[in-house]
Amino acid sequence: MVNSDIIDGKINENDYAVKMSGITKVYPNGIAANKDVDFFVRKGEIHALMGENGAGKSTLVKILFGIEQPTSGKIEINGEEISITSPQVAIGKGIGMVHQHFMLVPSLTVAENVVLGIEPRKAKTFIDYKEAVKLTEEISKKYNLHVDPYAKVMDIPVGMKQKVEILKALIRGANILILDEPTAVLTTQETEELFKELKALKEIGFTIIFISHKLNEIKEITDRLTILRNGRYMGVYNTDEVSKQDISRLMVGRDVILSVEKDKAAPKEPILKIENLRFRNQWGKEVLRGVSLNVRRGEILGIAGVEGNGQRELVDILFNIDKPNSGDIRLNDKSLINCSESELRELGISYIPEDRMTYGVADSATIEENLISDRIYEKRFSGKLMLNSAEIAKESEKLIEDYQILCRSRKQQVRMLSGGNIQKVVVAREFSSNPDLIIADQPTRGIDVGATEFIRKKLVSLSREGAAVLLVSADLNEVMELSDSLVVFYEGQIVAYFEDTSTLTDIEMGEYMLGLKRQTDEEIRKVTHID
Amino acid sequence: MQNVLNAMMTPSFGYAILRMTTPILFATLAAVIASKAGVSNIGIEGIMMFSALAGVIFSGMTKSWVVGLLSALVVGVFLGLMIGFFALKLNTDIVLAGIAVNTLGGGGTIFFLFLASGDRGASNSITSEIVPKINIPLIKDIPILGEVLSGHSGLTYFAFVCVILVYVLLYKTPLGLKMRAVGENRDAADSVGVSVNKISYIALALSGLLAGLAGAFMSMGYMKGFTVNMAAGRGFIGLAAQAMGQGEPIGGMLASLLFGFANAIAINLQGAISLSPQIIQSFPYILVIVSLVFYSLSTRNRLKRIKRAAIESDKTEAKDNS
Repeated sequence: MVNSDIIDGKINENDYAVKMSGITKVYPNGIAANKDVDFFVRKGEIHALMGENGAGKSTLVKILFGIEQPTSGKIEINGEEISITSPQVAIGKGIGMVHQHFMLVPSLTVAENVVLGIEPRKAKTFIDYKEAVKLTEEISKKYNLHVDPYAKVMDIPVGMKQKVEILKALIRGANILILDEPTAVLTTQETEELFKELKALKEIGFTIIFISHKLNEIKEITDRLTILRNGRYMGVYNTDEVSKQDISRLMVGRDVILSVEKDKAAPKEPILKIENLRFRNQWGKEVLRGVSLNVRRGEILGIAGVEGNGQRELVDILFNIDKPNSGDIRLNDKSLINCSESELRELGISYIPEDRMTYGVADSATIEENLISDRIYEKRFSGKLMLNSAEIAKESEKLIEDYQILCRSRKQQVRMLSGGNIQKVVVAREFSSNPDLIIADQPTRGIDVGATEFIRKKLVSLSREGAAVLLVSADLNEVMELSDSLVVFYEGQIVAYFEDTSTLTDIEMGEYMLGLKRQTDEEIRKVTHID
Repeated sequence: MQNVLNAMMTPSFGYAILRMTTPILFATLAAVIASKAGVSNIGIEGIMMFSALAGVIFSGMTKSWVVGLLSALVVGVFLGLMIGFFALKLNTDIVLAGIAVNTLGGGGTIFFLFLASGDRGASNSITSEIVPKINIPLIKDIPILGEVLSGHSGLTYFAFVCVILVYVLLYKTPLGLKMRAVGENRDAADSVGVSVNKISYIALALSGLLAGLAGAFMSMGYMKGFTVNMAAGRGFIGLAAQAMGQGEPIGGMLASLLFGFANAIAINLQGAISLSPQIIQSFPYILVIVSLVFYSLSTRNRLKRIKRAAIESDKTEAKDNS
């Protein structure tokens, strides 16, 4: 597409600030994050790099900024072919990056952070603080990015921290700015301010690469956009010539549609009731804005959505890692708020956490110890003084067999297993406790096909036996195929409810996930199953 | 009790406080520099032992206190860098590397002492030198104050000079800024091209240098000659004083003075009251524990207040928005 521009004579070869062609990146674990991606950014434009989570956006800009090295491909900056071996090389070529997680030292002042590593000196030995403040003030005035050079970074709001990051890049001579999901942490007002500043920077010739998956923002400030999906290049477009629907279709979609064999669900009474849940995170941003839903026995209710729209906070609240600001969660009419983890388990809740190495297993303990960790207090496993090791062995051997955990022995350390088998250890423990409700958060992320298949089948059979399953997944394939019914989260709210997922299309899902469409409140309210 | 109070009212008590403070102050500054740069140096005690011995052996051999002092410093820097090598290059836990140096300091010094002198307990057979005492002109003639402030080992004065030097290093120089940045957010420092490893090594070398000064004072000022285990926990007290002083050089100095004061009392009490000397000698350590408890209580309260204030402002903000 870009090449046709050149042939048409619309654009000259020298007009590109960044030309990344044929970029492929295969990580040592075999995952290909970028597959033959082209990324061409013209001088002086704001260019969006779009894609779902895991589409390869971050990897691509990490390669551009020298944090990762490409497996193959060519990079040209301002017409000069170079290999960017480190961030220092990138900075030297005028590339600056504003990371999503700020790279600032909290107890230092704004000015100190700005000049860190390039401190002005007096008498060759001492830092010239006056000069540092002056430099900061000058550059902040020049680019209209207002900051207080004397304030400590820990005392300033997020929006100002971001400006400090931009100033850090500018003072080091950047003329190509990469912003990695800059609005994810900002309030609406701060976002508006940032856009004004970015437009002003563009006016004076800066090139800006803007990573996002928010359609409205992209439409508002970018000139062109490049879309990635599953690590592949989906084309580059002029922002005003492509509709939001088209973008959504290009971004969201499945390459291989996988099907899970399951008979039709016969849902019974609701068992988990979530009522009007609201939650404000530690930065004061309201990430759950009145979520109500019910999960019924005998069905898998899926939660779909782009990551960062409140799903993770909901799961954290369900398992008592966070507390909601208002609203209620009831299981069989008992409130779960303020229940400890062991009480939750006793009520019949099982939990497959997204981060299995932190919350799912104790990785240096043995398979056996992990398998019985939730039932060790039961009489058959522990006597008055000593553990009943024969019973424990029997139980763990049985679980290892039932759940096909590949291992040398039950005494093997969990961390020695493959990802799929570690997840099977988690699943074996969680599914075998006869749960009423299973909360499965990304249950098959990063594990092999065999284990994925096994876990999905188990989820289906448990739901058919009468358990309620709440499935959270960013994997569109999984959430659409495995769920019996489905809600879509967008910006902390449910924007759609589908009682039956079998007729749902990718395109429709994409439009809801990216906030283009929204069902009526009445349709959404059906998820509470109160007529 | 009257005896004790009388003893405390004499100028020699004031003199003793400064004398007792000196090694603790050096050790505290050693801990301050390391922790500011995010590399905790637990090995100060062990470094003190080795440096104390080095000072005695080399000043004895050359009959020059300058050579003795310099060799103590070289040993200190070397051990500091060694901790760095284990922790940064070989990826051992830095606390374990420090503990290893401490353990080595206990046994290793006896070994080297035996090699050098044939003794196992003290360096009696080596005639070593001390760092000269300095009488400060004018001040020495002031009654009482002169007796307290003048006539100390040169190292005592240098310890207080070091407080200023460390402060200036940390807060007025590019190196200090980089150290603080590395200590607080390595990724941030790294992302702007600051070499995290280099800064960590420099911090450990400087920390070792200060611990070396502490050791040199023990055998070339506080006493003349080396005895086994002569650091007697002062390296650890330095770590406590660093924590109490909130990791700042000035705060650390005040905490060191408090511990110096406790040490001086302990010495004065012996002979003045009829408690067993073991109990009296444990007084400074009890003070360490008590003051740390008070310190952590006060910080906890302060954190609580800050948190409460944050919640309050959050509430008003939420009200304003709605």
